[in-house]
Amino acid sequence: MSCIQTIQDYALRSIGIGERLLPREDFTLCEQFTLIGSGMIWNIYFGTVALLLGFFFATALALGKASARAFLRKPSEWFIFIFRGSPLFIQFFFGYFLFLSLKSNYAFFDPFTAAWLGAVIVLFCNTSAYSAEIFYGALQSIPKGDVEAADAYGLSGWSRFRRVIWPTMLRLAWPSYTNEAIFLFHATTLVFVSSFPAWQQRGDALYYAKYFADKTFNPFIPYPILAGFFIILTLIVISLFGLANRRLNRHLPAERPQKIRLLPNLLR
Amino acid sequence: MAFKLNPQLSTGAAIFSYCTDPSQIEGLAWLSCYLSTGKHMALYWSVLTVLALLAVTGPAALAFGFGGASAARSRVAPLRWFGKTYIALVRGVPDIAFFLFFVIALDQGIEYLRHKALCPDWDQPIRQGNDFIVCQAAKMPLGNSPQWVHETYGFALAVLTFAIVFGAFAANVLYGAMRAVPREQLETAEAYGMNHRQIFRRVLVPQMWVYALPGLGNLWMVLIKATPLLFLLGVEDIVYWARELGGSKTPRFTDYPHPDWRIWYFLALLVFYLIFTRISELVIARLMRRLTLGQATTAGEAQRKAA
Repeated sequence: MSCIQTIQDYALRSIGIGERLLPREDFTLCEQFTLIGSGMIWNIYFGTVALLLGFFFATALALGKASARAFLRKPSEWFIFIFRGSPLFIQFFFGYFLFLSLKSNYAFFDPFTAAWLGAVIVLFCNTSAYSAEIFYGALQSIPKGDVEAADAYGLSGWSRFRRVIWPTMLRLAWPSYTNEAIFLFHATTLVFVSSFPAWQQRGDALYYAKYFADKTFNPFIPYPILAGFFIILTLIVISLFGLANRRLNRHLPAERPQKIRLLPNLLR
Repeated sequence: MAFKLNPQLSTGAAIFSYCTDPSQIEGLAWLSCYLSTGKHMALYWSVLTVLALLAVTGPAALAFGFGGASAARSRVAPLRWFGKTYIALVRGVPDIAFFLFFVIALDQGIEYLRHKALCPDWDQPIRQGNDFIVCQAAKMPLGNSPQWVHETYGFALAVLTFAIVFGAFAANVLYGAMRAVPREQLETAEAYGMNHRQIFRRVLVPQMWVYALPGLGNLWMVLIKATPLLFLLGVEDIVYWARELGGSKTPRFTDYPHPDWRIWYFLALLVFYLIFTRISELVIARLMRRLTLGQATTAGEAQRKAA
């Protein structure tokens, strides 16, 4: 079987399009590349959806945590504490079994036990909590002068937030937020190894890498392929966030550009 | 993989005298009997496994990190490249991939080396298609060794894997801390006529810890939160037991039948980790307060003013 044929058969295997059966023996490099790459679709899907939705919720949580009113502050603090203080691995298990027991009582929760929805919800809560802490830190370090200037211009309430506080918060938080995004994408590999079943062997990149490693008992080929894919993904995320960073800082003097310094946020 | 564990624990050993016939009791008494069965004892022991892992991995990762950071600063180019690649690789790749990779790779690496040393006259290739074949004497652990050797070997592999992955994170922190030591300190040492090794040992390393501590504290929290991944490495840890014990039990196989309780077991694990991280957070904050006392940093200055 030629490599083109393999790509046609397996490039979209992870979302159920193409050849039904996975290769069983005599694995070629091409098959490993194609299937693991196919699994990346899931990683990108999980990461992108959780990140986009989480961004807005994180902003709300950060504002809640910075609020002076206890009924806004306390729930936000607890939410952030619970999702940052416990391992994501346990959160996946807990979320899955929670949805499983809800499903047995209410038919409405049927799709929640599938990875495409359930895992996204867990990842969404997790990244919201981590990003909220980053945004909260940024809110605390907004220069006093910026807010005073906004007051002097007669801006208040929503328009002050929208035009002054929010952009400055994002600008300050962006380097750490980039790290958060990178590690969120890495965290998506936990979905199928924790609890969520890969229905009809439609799994993510790690699922297929593990499949090959288990079948061939040779970890030295599939895992480096997986690593390569993730390094490419990381570079793409860094460059996309770099573009956003440039835009957020476009009004600053050019001689001291805010360089994104990548610090490891590590795994959660 | 050589370490699928199966401790044959007696389920009948009762702690409380009223537990002899669980079907007759209910309420709190039933619960106390249920939570003290042999398998639950195994669950409590596995908490100790987690703590043992943390106790061993912490220093080991620090050692790996120190090595990595020193290598990344080395004046010998290949050593420097090695150190920097080691640090950079873990940043770009999900750690779970590393865990899954190293646990097999280390196992095979050890067996390969033993094979080369113990069976020199073996002429067949080690990789035959999908099989990894070494001679009997090179098997690790030996096929006829007792259960505890298998368990210890599995645990040791897990510790080594954790140390390699977290060593890279620690190396990153220590590398940053080494660069944070003011240059003048090193230049002064040079002016005193110390050579590179002396500067490293007498000036750089003692001063770097203050800068490294926040990062290392952070790393500790991350390490705690990574312990459930032991489950993926094939060790029977708390996640394994929570899944095992939580699943629904029928009266035919157990004295304590119950529906699917896994959600409650994982809730308990969640709370356990929350408390554990919270305590660590408080201890680290305390330690930092202690260490910044009298330091010429912003935090130290703030403490001086407050006093």
